[in-house]
Amino acid sequence: MNAPVILEDRETRPTAVISAAARARRVIPIQPTSEEVALYEIRKTIHPRAVHGWFAGWRWTLVFLTQAVFYGVPWLTWNGRQAVLFDLGARKFYLFGGVFWPQDVIYLSVLLIISALSLFLFTAIAGRLWCGYACPQTVYTEIFMWIERKIEGDRLARVRLDAAPLTLDKFVIKALKHTAWFAVALWTGYTFVGYFTPIRDLGVAAITWQLGPWELFWILFYGIATYGNAGWLREQVCKYMCPYARFQSVMFDKDTLVITYDRARGEPRGGRSKAVDPRAQGLGDCVDCNICVQVCPTGIDIRKGLQYECIGCAACIDGCDQVMDKMGYPKGLIRYTTENALAQGLTPRAMWKRVFRLRTLLYGAGLMVITGVAAASLAMRNPLKVDIIRDRGALARETIPGQIENVYRLQVMNTEERARSYTISAAGLPGLALVGVEQPIELKAESTKLFALRLQAQLEPPGGAAPAAGPHKIELTVQAVDDDKVVRHEQSTFIIPR
Amino acid sequence: MSDFTSDAWGLYVALLTLISIAACAVLLFVLGRMRVKKPAPGQGIETTGHVWDGDLAEYNNPLPRWWMWLFYATIVFALVYLALYPGLGKLPGAFGWTSSGAYASEVHDFDAKIQPLYAKYLAMDPTAVAADPEARAMGERLFLNYCSQCHGSDAGGSKGFPNLRDGDWLYGGEPQMIKTSISGGRNGIMPPFGAALSGENVRDLVQYVRSLSGLPSDNLRAQLGKPLFSQNCAACHGPDGKGNQQIGAPNLTDRIWLYGSTEAAITETISKGRGDASGVTRMPAHKDLLDDGKIQMLTAYVWGLSNVR
Repeated sequence: MNAPVILEDRETRPTAVISAAARARRVIPIQPTSEEVALYEIRKTIHPRAVHGWFAGWRWTLVFLTQAVFYGVPWLTWNGRQAVLFDLGARKFYLFGGVFWPQDVIYLSVLLIISALSLFLFTAIAGRLWCGYACPQTVYTEIFMWIERKIEGDRLARVRLDAAPLTLDKFVIKALKHTAWFAVALWTGYTFVGYFTPIRDLGVAAITWQLGPWELFWILFYGIATYGNAGWLREQVCKYMCPYARFQSVMFDKDTLVITYDRARGEPRGGRSKAVDPRAQGLGDCVDCNICVQVCPTGIDIRKGLQYECIGCAACIDGCDQVMDKMGYPKGLIRYTTENALAQGLTPRAMWKRVFRLRTLLYGAGLMVITGVAAASLAMRNPLKVDIIRDRGALARETIPGQIENVYRLQVMNTEERARSYTISAAGLPGLALVGVEQPIELKAESTKLFALRLQAQLEPPGGAAPAAGPHKIELTVQAVDDDKVVRHEQSTFIIPR
Repeated sequence: MSDFTSDAWGLYVALLTLISIAACAVLLFVLGRMRVKKPAPGQGIETTGHVWDGDLAEYNNPLPRWWMWLFYATIVFALVYLALYPGLGKLPGAFGWTSSGAYASEVHDFDAKIQPLYAKYLAMDPTAVAADPEARAMGERLFLNYCSQCHGSDAGGSKGFPNLRDGDWLYGGEPQMIKTSISGGRNGIMPPFGAALSGENVRDLVQYVRSLSGLPSDNLRAQLGKPLFSQNCAACHGPDGKGNQQIGAPNLTDRIWLYGSTEAAITETISKGRGDASGVTRMPAHKDLLDDGKIQMLTAYVWGLSNVR
């Protein structure tokens, strides 16, 4: 049990095997040296080491969850059609039982507001949760790294393979990896396009080489983008391209949970035998094994503090916890904690209580209100849409002496997936009659129809007062024959000429 | 390039564009070779020296090198683009692209696409076209676009604009006549008689005209108006007041009134006339605006309004 801890990775500095006595004598001179670099630096490939643990488990859960939804949903059917289909050509979005028309674009805005508020809320509570667990860039990178690990091996094997000269073996391994990546990427592109054009027909067209030019373009574009982003660019997308990565810092405050290295507990860092008491050696808990750096997908050292590159994936927490376990130290040298908790020495309980603070409560309340309003509005959505436009060229006309006629264009829209009959009626003037339309009007499923509508009023209605000259407010009612709730009342004016 | 008064402007723009691109390339090349100090541990971080709001500094961290190649790619793109499309002063570019040309070609493509549809109906008699429900729907859409502003969405017309669905025609209701009305336009003018006739004469005439279609009228005045009608109105409206479709003179014996049937309206019509020589109220000619196919569809639709059902 007294054997020194030997870490698996040979790249790790072998300090861990140096005896404590020898270690104590070693002095590492710290001399500031400045290194010259090009203004445009060549990226150094990062080979993150595989990591297992609580947070990695969560990430994989979310990978499975999000991808089951993304790859699975286009294959669901609903009433004989694809359950989720964004038919851009027909300008209709199908979402299970609902059909969304361009007139419903407000729901898209609401969805974006809900997403933004959720982002604010989660970021205020625990930093870049989205980045670390759910962002497609993270999710696909995770999938691509898993493939890479299965084919090329873990970190050290990959570092060696990259350094080795090109041999047939290396070529075969690399070709295999890229083929596998490309297969996943193409399937991703195919699935993406399957949201916009029926995915089963798309499959048939793909097999028989009859894809349309735009379908082919978008499959390849989305596929190549996936391959490039998850295979090649990886952390550079987060570092150089992603705007969210840059503006999220304004949502952080001193009570935001961020992945933090506990400097007070860890320093001074250094290798030691598991047997010795670090306090006696004047050492902190950090054994300087560099595992936290090796597992980091963005290649940073979390011990330097919060950095903009950190996507909050918590791989370093998982890595460090394992080492702490092996050393027999308590977990959490690197952990989710807040600036205030560290500075004021808050207990975890006190720290978690501060999750409920004004900022998060406001975000949460806003989120709940807008989600509730959106849900209620969706549930009460009227499938009938009506628009009435007075003829502009002619205000009014006298048909037979004493009878005034106004002309309107009535646009009726049946947004449902079933045919409907409607009756039209007008009110607002005594004896107002509606002519020119055969009642009830019939509308096919998901169709619009235009009617040239004529309303007639009597200048001297029998048993009623003569309407004054000028505009009169009238109301037009379009009512579904078989459903009282499907009804629209539209306002317009009827003009009696002088 | 009519906005520019001198050809030298084209040269100026071209030069300015090329110099800017060259300057970008030089800047990229110089920066690409520049080296910056990467701070050693413990040293302060190098900034560009720009400070905003008192304390906001800009780090001088290197960009990835592929980013630099993207910049170069934009320069290559710009040069290729300028070679192919008009952009360098007055140089038309290898593709010879113009915005008016693009519009013309889009219109041409669209016309070519719908031409077979119109060709089918052009070969048919308008009365046969009117019986085709698909053609009716097309005709209705065309009517709403081109005719409804004056004649109303329901083709029912309004004061001064004839009703097209009542079977009464100023210039004749045969398809050929309707087509002539649409393509050549019409300009019906009723001359003013206010100067030629006394107020009393006009009042008598009004009563006679009202009596022609059975509207309530003063019998005595109507009798007095009859000879006045023969002298002044019969030349166009005919001795019996049934009108003349050759010149678009309305039939006064039906109950259809283009400008109103009240005594006041008829008085105004007689004394001030209707329509004017300047053509403000005329039916415009559409032969330059609409092609034969559209005119055929509209003819059939308008004819069908009072003949098909």
